[in-house]
Amino acid sequence: MTDVAGLADGPLFGLPLPELWFVLMFAILGTFLFLDGFDFGAGAIFAVLDDDHEREAVLSAIGPFWDGNEVWLVVFGGALFASFPAVYADLFSRHYLLMFAILGALIIRGLAPEMYEQRHDEQWHRWWGRSFVAGSVLAPFFLGAFTGNWLVGSERTVTLVAVVVGLTVVSLTVVSGSAFLGLKADAYLPDVLDQYGVRAVVGYLAGVVATLALLAVELPDGVDALLSVPVVALVVVSIGLAVAYGLAMRRGAYLGALAASGGLTYGLVAVVAIVMYPLVDPASGATVSETIVSTLPLNLMSIGAAILLPLVVTYFVVLYTAFRGPVEPEEAY
Amino acid sequence: MIDPVIASRLQFALTTIVHIIFPVMSMGLAPFLVYFTWKDIRSGDAIYEQLRRFWTKIFAISFVVGTVTGIVLEFEFGTNFAAFSTAAGELFGGPLAVEGMMAFMLEATFLGVFVFGRDRVGDKLYMISAVAVGLGTWLSAVWILIANSWMQTPRGYELVTEGGQTVVHLVDPIAAYANPRFAYMFVHMQNAAVESVALFMAGVAAYYVFRHHVWGYHIQNVSFWEATLKIALVALLITAPLQVLHGDMYGRHVAETQPQKFAAMEAVWDTESYVPEYIVAVPTSLEDVTDPRAKDLFGIGIPGGASWLASGGDPSAEIRGLNSFDTEAPPVAIVFWAFRAMVGLGFWFILLAFWGGYRWYTGELFEDGLLHKALMASTLGGILATELGWIVTEVGRQPWVIQGIMKTSDGVSPGLTGTEAAITLGGFALVYGTILVLYTYVVARIIRGGPPGSDDLRSTGEDVPETPDPGVAVDD
Repeated sequence: MTDVAGLADGPLFGLPLPELWFVLMFAILGTFLFLDGFDFGAGAIFAVLDDDHEREAVLSAIGPFWDGNEVWLVVFGGALFASFPAVYADLFSRHYLLMFAILGALIIRGLAPEMYEQRHDEQWHRWWGRSFVAGSVLAPFFLGAFTGNWLVGSERTVTLVAVVVGLTVVSLTVVSGSAFLGLKADAYLPDVLDQYGVRAVVGYLAGVVATLALLAVELPDGVDALLSVPVVALVVVSIGLAVAYGLAMRRGAYLGALAASGGLTYGLVAVVAIVMYPLVDPASGATVSETIVSTLPLNLMSIGAAILLPLVVTYFVVLYTAFRGPVEPEEAY
Repeated sequence: MIDPVIASRLQFALTTIVHIIFPVMSMGLAPFLVYFTWKDIRSGDAIYEQLRRFWTKIFAISFVVGTVTGIVLEFEFGTNFAAFSTAAGELFGGPLAVEGMMAFMLEATFLGVFVFGRDRVGDKLYMISAVAVGLGTWLSAVWILIANSWMQTPRGYELVTEGGQTVVHLVDPIAAYANPRFAYMFVHMQNAAVESVALFMAGVAAYYVFRHHVWGYHIQNVSFWEATLKIALVALLITAPLQVLHGDMYGRHVAETQPQKFAAMEAVWDTESYVPEYIVAVPTSLEDVTDPRAKDLFGIGIPGGASWLASGGDPSAEIRGLNSFDTEAPPVAIVFWAFRAMVGLGFWFILLAFWGGYRWYTGELFEDGLLHKALMASTLGGILATELGWIVTEVGRQPWVIQGIMKTSDGVSPGLTGTEAAITLGGFALVYGTILVLYTYVVARIIRGGPPGSDDLRSTGEDVPETPDPGVAVDD
């Protein structure tokens, strides 16, 4: 048997599958950045809280969610591996230390909430609190740095673009984290979330401007790429969303603010994807059509994703519905 | 500076050896938790609520630690084995992606409901979440083992040269993914996980039962530990004999499909017939340990035993020796001794199961102190045997990363420097070592804390006999 129902002959239903997988890959990355982003942001805000009850409230808020949110990164890795195997290999080995920095940060972030609750002495809480904050801030920073290097095709690890995009992503996580904590734990936290959120969103916009300026210089046809209609439109929409976010936070409309921060996150990832396309690995000059996996596995993966991703969305709906509304006082981690 | 190839191999070995402990715990606990949850909901009996809540705590920490140590593995193929990933990604990436979407997502989302949601959701959704978490952990194993079995016995592919690189192309997905090896691995691995957890539960429970019944100390919630011991013993009676039975079938399959690995497992260098199986092999010199050769070993052998195992009943069957292969042999000493230790442990667990079952039958399960000690000593034995089995599987297939197609040394990332590899290897040794210590500490603490006391239970059950006793409280 060399063929299963003609799946090796051509793309399923004649769809532009390479482009769809390119979009899907960034959509998955964006989903990770939004969902685990508010966990990271909550971790950053954890740093400024002194009171143990406030800190416990933050941990309770993210408790049921963060593990599922983090799996989007696993799915991103898997999707990249399956759809663009050579890019997965080149990109991850090129940014070797950065990849392990991301993983290391995720380890200390992931262990912290589980460990924090195991003992109730001050020393233990202080150290695991630090671990939680460090992991929550460093993971998005390194992830942003990785994305920046990926986009400009840098062979080096420490670059100006990496640092700027890293900081931009960190501020974005504080934007969504403030909204998320407002939604889940407003009653237990000091009345500062809207301040943090608004400052973070201003910082985020500044980061975006700095990133765009750097890209205009670094990318070969930078100015043209950035002045394309979709990029300009996304930047305008992002400014609108940032304003809407600030207003919603001031009014305590946290769900709206969270939605706006989601829009900002997907908008940022969309800009990266648009600027990168048709390349998928700018450092090697590899394009989407050159590096896409061959037709048979591509079709199989597409069928798999078409069945499984709606199911995954259902799981998240069940999870977020079960834990809708603020954390309840007795819901210790 | 250290060779990046050696460092990458060591790092992958280290990260997988540590990681596998946590999936073994979560996959092994999953069927128990589904059972406890069902009984808790259906009977409302307090003991099942205690069982569910106590073992869920251990499940949750295992799952979290398994997540953070496991994400690393998915990225390591790209970071350290880029040449392998480029060459085999077409076949290998798909199962990993599907594992993430189909299995990991299922467990990670419903884990939130299962661990935190008892008071938030109804019985039905709670039961569904228990099943979903359990199913997710097992589906994870399905896809990981589909990927792994393809590396052991690759099928359904063709080799194509693209831009000067040899790349694996998928031509027959059914041959590639419905690999006969998968069935052997999956049954052996899942049974191993349940057996390992049964031994773990039995060992921990035996400690409290021993202190209470043999030494006469007052133990809080002793009925909880008695129930745990009995349930674990039932699971052990089922899994321990099965593990050896299908292990034997798996071994025969290896002899047919990976003769070089089988020769290493038996330390057979020259092709021979009537090869004995050394049940007990005693090294008489240091060289016997580091370089075992079946012919020179002092041991108790069943004449024709290895031939019999390899062929499925023919003591005269020929076993191909390691010298007859073109490629270098795998590290024979590691494979040979790991295999023997695993098999020895497997038989020991059967003995334990029957011993315990017999004592239960005679009504002396809680009085036989020697049995309790044997169970306590075997608490981590199942996990150890699982590790040894994976060492046989993965070291035994060297030098191949994909059997017969690509050598492990050719799979390493070409641009990786010794410095980079050394930094991460050192980092992982430190971080994973720390994680192991922390995990052990937390699990020990949960065990010492014991199950939730009767005043803390949802169930109105009458059959929690003991009153809370501060004497065995956790030392905060």
